Amino acid sequence: MAYTLNVNGRTVTADVDPAKPLLWVLREDLNVLGPKYGCGLAQCGACTVHIDGQPVRACITPISSVGTKRVVTIEAMENDAVGKKVQAAWSEIDVAQCGYCQAGQIMSATALIKSKPKPTDADINTAMQGNICRCATYTRIRRAIKRASGQSEA
Amino acid sequence: MTTTQTRRDTLKVSLGAGGAFVLGFTLAGKAGAQGLAAANAAPGKLNTYVTIAPDGIVSIIAKNPEVGQGIKTSLPMLIAEELDVDWSKVRTVQAIADQATYGSQLVGGSTAIPQHWQSLRRVGATARAMMIAAAAEEWKCPPGECATDAGQVIHARTNRKVTYGSLCTKAACITPPDPASVQLKASKDFKIIGRPTPQVDTAAIVTGQPLFGIDFKVPGMLYATYLKAPVFGAKVASADLAAAKAVKGVRDAFILDGSENVNDLMNGALAPGVAVVADSWWTAQQARAKLNVQWAAHPTSRSSSEGFLAQAQTMSRGAPLRTELKAGDPDPALASAAKTVEAAYHYPFISHANLEPQNCTASYKDGKVEIWSPSQYPEPAKAVVARQLGITARDVTINMVRGGGGFGRRLVNDSVVEAAAISKQVGAPVKVLFSREDEMKHDFYRAAGYHFLKGGVDSGGKITAWKNHFVSFGKNGAYSTAANISRTEFPARFVPNYQLDVSMIDGGIPTGFLRAPISNGVAFITQSFIDELAVAAGQDPMAFRLKMLDVPAAQTPGYDSARAIATIRKVAEMSNWGRRMPARSGLGMAFHFAHSGYFAQVAEVKVAANGDLDIVKVWSVCDVGRQIINPLGADNQVEGSILDGISHALYQKITVKDGAVQQASFGDYPLLRINKAPAIENHYILSDNNPTGLGEPALPPVIPAVTNAIFAATGKRIRTLPIDTAQLKA
Ligand code: FES
Ligand code: FES
Repeated sequence: MAYTLNVNGRTVTADVDPAKPLLWVLREDLNVLGPKYGCGLAQCGACTVHIDGQPVRACITPISSVGTKRVVTIEAMENDAVGKKVQAAWSEIDVAQCGYCQAGQIMSATALIKSKPKPTDADINTAMQGNICRCATYTRIRRAIKRASGQSEA
Repeated sequence: MTTTQTRRDTLKVSLGAGGAFVLGFTLAGKAGAQGLAAANAAPGKLNTYVTIAPDGIVSIIAKNPEVGQGIKTSLPMLIAEELDVDWSKVRTVQAIADQATYGSQLVGGSTAIPQHWQSLRRVGATARAMMIAAAAEEWKCPPGECATDAGQVIHARTNRKVTYGSLCTKAACITPPDPASVQLKASKDFKIIGRPTPQVDTAAIVTGQPLFGIDFKVPGMLYATYLKAPVFGAKVASADLAAAKAVKGVRDAFILDGSENVNDLMNGALAPGVAVVADSWWTAQQARAKLNVQWAAHPTSRSSSEGFLAQAQTMSRGAPLRTELKAGDPDPALASAAKTVEAAYHYPFISHANLEPQNCTASYKDGKVEIWSPSQYPEPAKAVVARQLGITARDVTINMVRGGGGFGRRLVNDSVVEAAAISKQVGAPVKVLFSREDEMKHDFYRAAGYHFLKGGVDSGGKITAWKNHFVSFGKNGAYSTAANISRTEFPARFVPNYQLDVSMIDGGIPTGFLRAPISNGVAFITQSFIDELAVAAGQDPMAFRLKMLDVPAAQTPGYDSARAIATIRKVAEMSNWGRRMPARSGLGMAFHFAHSGYFAQVAEVKVAANGDLDIVKVWSVCDVGRQIINPLGADNQVEGSILDGISHALYQKITVKDGAVQQASFGDYPLLRINKAPAIENHYILSDNNPTGLGEPALPPVIPAVTNAIFAATGKRIRTLPIDTAQLKA
């Protein structure tokens, strides 16, 4: 089945099984490798992308459900005013250890700050709970979200 | 090319492409290790540790695999410091897997910093000495009058300066000095070492660049999934290959023979299974679901976690397999102790749960195979792959790709041999990727352990006797990987009457190294039981520990109790130890020495009436020597290790039934998430000792610090991990 998609502002096509998850269409068919596979079960958040601005787990999103909605991945965060700030905070604080979860973390954090420009600790816990960091960089993730949203980091 | 023969290595300098200065080594020992004929056939290859280009850009080889421990940044920092260049001009280049060229390339044991602290600084200092020699020759002045700064040689008296880049050609003709003779900087002059330095890959990580093994693609590459038996090592009896092949996009499906022996599997041998190869990994997974595999019988199918526990309890009542260490006479000492305590402790099998599942890309062609692997220890895979494919190890090339977490899982190269075997069979480049379920069910687990302890204290509140019957896993008297305890493991030598007995269960479960191996279980046992004895003696847990460590230094070679005591005192001060706590809140303390690092930690917990556990804060103090190389990376490792330990304590448990692991995902094997991550305060004591590694030793003590805090808060002693909060109800 041929699908026409809007990925990072470009119109692209993929001829794939309707059940194939967006994650694998991005990674295998469109060579968009930023979103990662961690579980395939919406348990870890490594695959997080934005669909029409909402954070979504691409691993359980069948391509047939995407339609012409705007799919945005980590690769396009440099062109996003909030995403860019989040990336800058992530770099300055050097959040990553292995780095594998961090694309998903940044996508969730960016969506959080867009919906709540000054997230509290409780907001951060709620919004970021779906993103596992096996290296457990959680204290830095919290600080980076505070910094990116212009709040004190204590 | 000019060379200097040192006792170990041959140092070579040459003029590289584009007029670059190239300094490298040919490691000695190759001829000795493999015989002269082998050495002649494959002369030690020159590694190019440092390349200085005429434009001043310095390329430094990152020799070890990178899996998140920050070594791709911290090792080049050592070279750059002594070379005296601007860090912004440094580029790091990942080496390929080639131990004959680079020396050991292993991530594990927190060994990289102690191993390289001197040697890599000498590499940098040697290159710097050659830049000075070249400038001095040009200026016709004694080299001793020259200084360096930020990639320039400076002659202050005549106010002359020259960049390293413009000295390349000249420096490349100079005979390198003996690295052992070059002067290293005094630590007060460090400009790069000790400065918080972001990882060299940070920009690529935050922008989602393809960096990891899973991201790697080669032209014509196919994707494979490899289904192995739920029971480790069971062979395929039958499989519906036709059903899998009928799925659109599938190229091939086939059975591979492999080893039924768990010891072979632990050494990276191919496990039996069914491969499905397709133009998409997702498609391969869909087809795999149609295989309807029947597995052959295997003796491990009789194993279960319940059975292991029952076996351990039975063993604990009988004579041990052997006594590992006996000092003094524990039985009479226990009989005459003022107070005795007896307790049974247990920690379960746990999985590494790397976020990036195991994967490997292999391309086999005409008797040679090229591999791209996020391995932590690629070298041993060469022999295993060569044996599997019937080629020589020299025809196996392994490229190192960044790994999404290591924790010891990627020390075993099972995915490498799978990818190589499948690529050969289909005759195309193949990427093998584990599913999350494969990752959970086909790990090399941290071995479970059962400890049956007896201890005694005298009327003065000092430990007089400690006896442990440790039931572990192994076969024919040999421990399974990382299922052992060292004979000198604390508190051996600190208790006058001490005995460590061991018995072993032959369970057929593959075990392996997992971050802070052995210590990650043993510290929980030891530091909890010390707490129990402190309570029995009516003493403060900190005072009791300090008293225990008060033994003459000569009695405990290799264990500097003065360093341990300093960390305990400091962490007590930071956490305000001894303060009054509200009801159902408590402080717990633990210390541990592992991987040459001394750590003491205090945890504060609050336990709700319904048993909910809130870890409020952890204070951590360590002594890992006189210098923290990259404080930014060091803090990250310490915090990550502490939170990893908390994740063990709260959640992690692998159980076995009918020889198979029961957990399959983060649903039934949860990991710590951000909402449960406490605040951490971390302090380094800079002692006059050589720097040692930080990737592991912060993990073990936090587990007993938390469980001891739970005791302080509730009076409930946690003797089994993970913590069962149902027990903690008021
Ligand atoms: S891969 Fe999608 S949530 Fe884990
Ligand atoms: S940085 Fe390794 S999983 Fe988050």
